[in-house]
This record gives sequence, structure tokens and C-alpha cells, in this order.
Amino acid sequence: MNTQPVILETRKIVKQFPKVLANSDVSIQLHQGEILALLGENGAGKSTLMNILYGLYQPSSGEIYLHGKAVNFRSPREAIENGLGMVHQHFMLVENLTVTENIILGSEPGRGLTIDYAAARRQVKELSERYSLKVNPDSRIEDLSVGLQQRVEILKALYRKASVLILDEPTAVLTPQEVEGFFTVARRLRDDGVSIIIITHKLEEVKAISDRVYILRRGKVAGMRETSTVSKEELATLMVGREVVLTVHRTPHQRGQKPVFELKNLSVQGERGGEALRDVSLSVHPGEVLGIAGVDGNGQTELAEAIMGLRSVAAGKIIHKGELVTGLNTKKRIHRGIGCVPSDRHRHGLVLPMTISENIAMGLHRDKPNARFFSLDYPAMNSSANALIKRFDIRAPGPLTAAEQLSGGNQQKVILAREISRKPSFLLVNQPTRGLDVGAIEYIHSEILRMRDADAGVLLISLELEEIFSLADRILVLYEGQIVKELKPENSSEKEVGLYMMGGGP
Amino acid sequence: MEFFSIFNTQLLVAAVRLGTPIMLAAIGASICERSGVVNIAMEGIMIVGAFVSVTVALYSGSPWLGMLAGVLAGGLYSLLHAFSTVSLHLDHVVSGAVLNVLAFGLTRYLMVLIYGHPGTTDVIPVNLSEYQFAIPLLSRIPVLGPVFFNQTPIVYMSFALVIFFTWFLRKTKIGLHLRAAGEHPMALETIGVSVYKMRYLGVLVSGLACGLAGAYLSIENGASFTEGMSSGKGFIALAAMISGGWNPIGAALFSVFFGFADALQIRFQVFKVLAVPEELFIIFPYIATLAAVAGLVRRSRPPKADGVDFIIERAEG
Repeated sequence: MNTQPVILETRKIVKQFPKVLANSDVSIQLHQGEILALLGENGAGKSTLMNILYGLYQPSSGEIYLHGKAVNFRSPREAIENGLGMVHQHFMLVENLTVTENIILGSEPGRGLTIDYAAARRQVKELSERYSLKVNPDSRIEDLSVGLQQRVEILKALYRKASVLILDEPTAVLTPQEVEGFFTVARRLRDDGVSIIIITHKLEEVKAISDRVYILRRGKVAGMRETSTVSKEELATLMVGREVVLTVHRTPHQRGQKPVFELKNLSVQGERGGEALRDVSLSVHPGEVLGIAGVDGNGQTELAEAIMGLRSVAAGKIIHKGELVTGLNTKKRIHRGIGCVPSDRHRHGLVLPMTISENIAMGLHRDKPNARFFSLDYPAMNSSANALIKRFDIRAPGPLTAAEQLSGGNQQKVILAREISRKPSFLLVNQPTRGLDVGAIEYIHSEILRMRDADAGVLLISLELEEIFSLADRILVLYEGQIVKELKPENSSEKEVGLYMMGGGP
Repeated sequence: MEFFSIFNTQLLVAAVRLGTPIMLAAIGASICERSGVVNIAMEGIMIVGAFVSVTVALYSGSPWLGMLAGVLAGGLYSLLHAFSTVSLHLDHVVSGAVLNVLAFGLTRYLMVLIYGHPGTTDVIPVNLSEYQFAIPLLSRIPVLGPVFFNQTPIVYMSFALVIFFTWFLRKTKIGLHLRAAGEHPMALETIGVSVYKMRYLGVLVSGLACGLAGAYLSIENGASFTEGMSSGKGFIALAAMISGGWNPIGAALFSVFFGFADALQIRFQVFKVLAVPEELFIIFPYIATLAAVAGLVRRSRPPKADGVDFIIERAEG
């Protein structure tokens, strides 16, 4: 147990929004100099609680104690003045201002109206040296990497003399290397006496960095654990409220003899000229999941777009069920039974303001049962959407709910329901679980395997190696637009695939 | 008259004078849009300022009081825009368009009410151009002297405002806050500075500046108010602001350029140097505006949150 004094405490915080109860009876304690994780799924009430602490929201009832004294912050300014700092998931940095300007914003040194830029620069330098958070004070934010931007955010809080630092999903946007760097920074800050709260839905993050963890579920505290004594499985169960299979079980399945989908020597131009894909050949058989591993930006987008007919092909052939489809447009490919779960569900997967039933009909909206003569057949669309809402356990009031009102996991289920219900012979799945909760990931993984077991050919593009290893029967590594290696997951390791992804290899 | 003889110092003096109202509005617009509020109501604000200036100058006998009243009226009128866009979260363009229409209706109504007829008001006894003064020494510089240092009061004021607002944006705390409000309002709000206040301030500055521009039209450049006398200058100011990259100095330079186009047009009309119908020249400044914006708009970058509503859930519990 942590014997340090309690620095920040909430008692029975309740936050009622017009339609949802975001926090109910939330009591947590933060000790001096510890890293506390606040774990929960999207919508569990983590961010609401932190916004209450930070003075952006007022609690409906309940109290906050800082150093044993009751406080009530009516604005972020009051929270800042009391030593609270917050790093938001979406950075609060003005892109065309310099690092220095961003750090001093709102608390500028200098007398009267003007800013003493020389002093500001000096203070920022001192601060970054003291905490070993190196960053050039004169750089513009837009020129910095995401990892460095996060550093600026932390410095911004430290500049305001934060003794409690709240970090909202700090690793969501970082690369693996940057994540390591962030952990180092967080530990060093803790050792300097800063108390840290990390809000996250990632189990690995909790295990890697925190001392203690509170688990939030549906606005309530579902438990508190010492990180060293709790397993990932237990955390997942507390977070979701039922047992969660972190890695779905893949049963052996006989794949079909003849490939259902093939690429032959495919080359595709990139956005800015140059070849984004070079001489790519692959074949997907019925009843198998072929995984494409690779670091983002190595041709995944172009591959997916070429397969769906959204990007023209410079050379090579695309073959579906033995027939050439290279010249067919997207509509014809969909009608042939090629399905696609795009990587960006907001921009390409759904029309957010439209209803679930319209989103499900989309693509086949000219055909029965969605259309009759020249008009859409709404009753038929709604009833088939209703059936899919039940079958795929989509949490929504009904088929007329707008897609934008759904959580990320449920939006992905709508897309999956649309594609799977069309019984495609070949399904392209591009980053299907990006940004989703463990519960939703489990479900989507099991649906993908179910497609495979029903003898569809699945091409899975993913940036998450864990996902590739738990789903794929074969793995191809994409590097700089070329397939550099084919591997079998059972004879390989994440480490080996990672090497090929970086352009290396034994 | 020979064609090239119209290109003389007088042409440049006229360019500055015709560019002044555009310049004032464009500086104001730059500040306003840097705070994140799009202001297309400047044409209307200018008209209100021009009308109030003349009326107060007529009744008080003092053009200076008239100018002051015009500035304040412009500021007050612009607060309607701030209220509807910032507090009521109305679309900025819709609010601006409504205020333009309202300004024309309002001034016509007040014309009839106060002067008994629409059209043009009585002429004020003393206008501000009589206070023209040459700055010693500087006004002796060839070309630049007469153009910049032998001018009327509001022209000098607009020069000063260009310098003041450049300093304000770059060096002051409030200037930094205002820029942040137009780029990433939430970043400002989360460190405890009110975005609403900054945006109200931005709109108010543009209102005061347009009020002064209106006063310039009616009681410095002219001596009476005529309905619709702003003739699109509030919109040309928007073009100057965009071409000038949302910076007071850039906006001012393009304003003078548009003033130059206007001055040239007038000379072409008056001196009939080219054998074409003179009406054709009237469109010249507007074509210059179009060309400048079409050529430059892609290169300049607007504030990121320009015209984007900012709303924060202030919990009701």
C-alpha cells in the first residue's frame, strides 16, 4: 500500500447530463508521488470525471478534496491555480505558434500589456532542462512530431507549477518508440514528486506504468487494485463487466483449393506520384485469413483502394473467382461479392448523419429489398436493419438512430453487419479495431473468424501485430510497397515480423 | 490629355485617400478574424458610422464629435454581430448578411425620420479635411512626402492604427490570446482565458475601425451622407484582408493598392484618355480585387478556427 499522504480525493461525485448519468458515486484517492491509472471503456465516465476535477464541468453532487481541503473549481483557471495540470487527448496546442508561446499562453511573463519574450524563452529552457524534456523553444508546433507535442503539453502544465498531472489517453497517438519515451518521462516526473493520473482504456498501459488502478464501468467505480498484483484478465473483466477473451481462439480450418481472390504483379501510383505498390502478388483462398502486416504508410491505403476500385492500377491484374476485375468500377465489384470494411469508419465507412438503416442499405440501395422501382423502400430497409441490430448486438435505440450517435464499437458493428450480411466471397478488412474497447475488439475478431469458418476469403490489413497474430492463417509483410516476406504465425513471432516491417530480416 | 500624364504624385495621394476607408475596415477585419469571427457586416457598420457621424456633426457643429460618435456607433452596431455569433452561436455569414441589410434599412429610415427625405443629407459646415496638415520636414521628401506626410486626420490615424495593431498582435498578451482564440479556442479556454471575451474584443475592434471608416467617408472625404455611399468598400476590405494574409500591414498595403485602382479609374473617366465608354472603368477596382484574391488566396492561410463556433458545456448543476 502507498503510505504517502492523499493529495487529491473525490467523494461521491455524481454528474448528470441531460440524458446520461456520466458519473455516479465516484470516489477515488490520489496519493502523493504515485502514478494512478483510471481504466475504463469509452463512455465509462473517465473523461467526465477528469473534466470535473479540472473545472470544465461542475459536478451535480459530491465533493473534491485537495490536500484535505474541500475545493470547487468553477473554471480551469482555478484548477490551474491550485496546482492541477491536464494533458488532453487532443492536444490543446496552437499549431502556428511557437513552443514558447504555447507554454506561456495565459500566464505570460512581462509587465503590463506586453510579453517579455526573452524571459519567457529563458524560463521554458530552464524548465525543459530541469525535467530533461528536450524541445526547441522556438519551433512551431506544426513542425513537431506528436511525441514532442506531448512534451510541450507536459511542459505547459509544469510551467504552471502543476503538482497533479492528469493525462488523458497519453499513448493513443504515439508510435511504439514514443510510448517508451513517454513512460520514462512519466516515471521521472513521479520521482520528482509529481502525482499523476493516467486515463486509459489500454490494459498494457496500466500494467506498464501505473502503481495503482481504479476501474470505472458505466460511471461507477468497479474496483481498485494494486497494479503489481492484478492480471490483465482480471482488469478486463472488471472493465467490461463480464469475462473477456483477450485473444480469440482460432480453430484449425481447411482452406479451399482454388483462390477466391488474387493480385498479380500489381503496381499502383501513390498520392504524390511514385509507386506506392510495386509488383505485389498475393492470393486469398476461401476459408483463410491472410494478414498484411506493416508500419503505417507502406502502401496499405493504396492496396485497399486498388482492391475496391477506388484507385486506378498502373500495372498488373486483380482477379476475383477466376475472372479479371481490374477494369470494373466499385459498384460492380460490390455486386460480385467483394466486401470491404474500411480503415476510417467515420470518413469512409459510414455517413454519420444518416440512420443505421440507411447506412446498412448503402451500396446495395438500388437493389431489392432496399429499393422498389425508383424509390427507397424504407419499411423493408428498416426491418432488415432491425434484424441485423439484433444479430450483431448493436447497442442502439433502433434502425432510425443516426450513426453519429453510436459509440465507436457500435459504429464498427454497423459496418461489419452491412458487409457480412451480404455474404461476400471475399472480404477486405482494414484496421477493423482501431480505437475500440477490448469488449468490442473481442466481438469483431470473433465475427471475422466466423466469416473465415464460413469459407469466405478474408484479407486483413492491420497495424497491430497482436491482431494479425490472433487472426491470420498466413502473414505477408508489406514494406515500402512491396511484399517482403511470407510467414506462418505458428512458426514465427511478433519480434520477427517486426524486423521485416522495418525493412530488416535475418 | 496625354495618357502618361495622369501617372503623377497626385495619383498616389488619391490612392491613399481612396484606400483609407478600405484600410481601416481591413485592419479591423484582420483583428476580428484572427479572433475567430468572420465579419462580412463591415459594409453595414461603415454605413451606420457614416450616417451617425454626419448627423452628430450637423447638430453639434463639430466634426470631431461627429467622428467620435461614428466610431462609437460602429462599435455598438458590431456588438450585435458579436452577440449573435459568439453568444447565440449563429452562423457568422448569416449574421453578417442580416446586419448589412439592416444597416441599409435603418439608415434610410432614419434619413426620412430626421431629414424628411431619403437620399443625401444636408452638408456639414466644417469637415475634417480642413484639418489637413503637413508634418514638418517629412512632407518635403519627394513623392513620399505629399503622399504620406501631408494628409488629413483620419488618414494619419489609420497609419497609426496599422502600427498599433501590428504591435498589439505580436507583442501583447491580449494579442496572443486573441490569436489563440482564432486558431484553437479550446486551447485558450483550458488554460483559463475566456474565448468569448477575446472574440467580443475582436468584433468590437472591427466595429470601431469600420465606424471610423464611415466617418472618413462622410465627414472627411465628403461633407454629407448619401445612402449606400460605402459602395462595397466593406467587402473590398475583406479582399484586402485575405490578400494581406490576415495581417494589419499586409491588409493596409492591399487597401492602398485597391485605392490606387479606384484612383486610376476615376482619372480614366475624367480625362477620357482611352477611347472606350467611361462606364467600363468603374468596374476596374472590382476586377483588381478579384484578380488579387484569385491570385493570392491560395497562398495565405486563414486562422484555423475562423468562423468556427465555440461552445463549451457549462454544466447546469
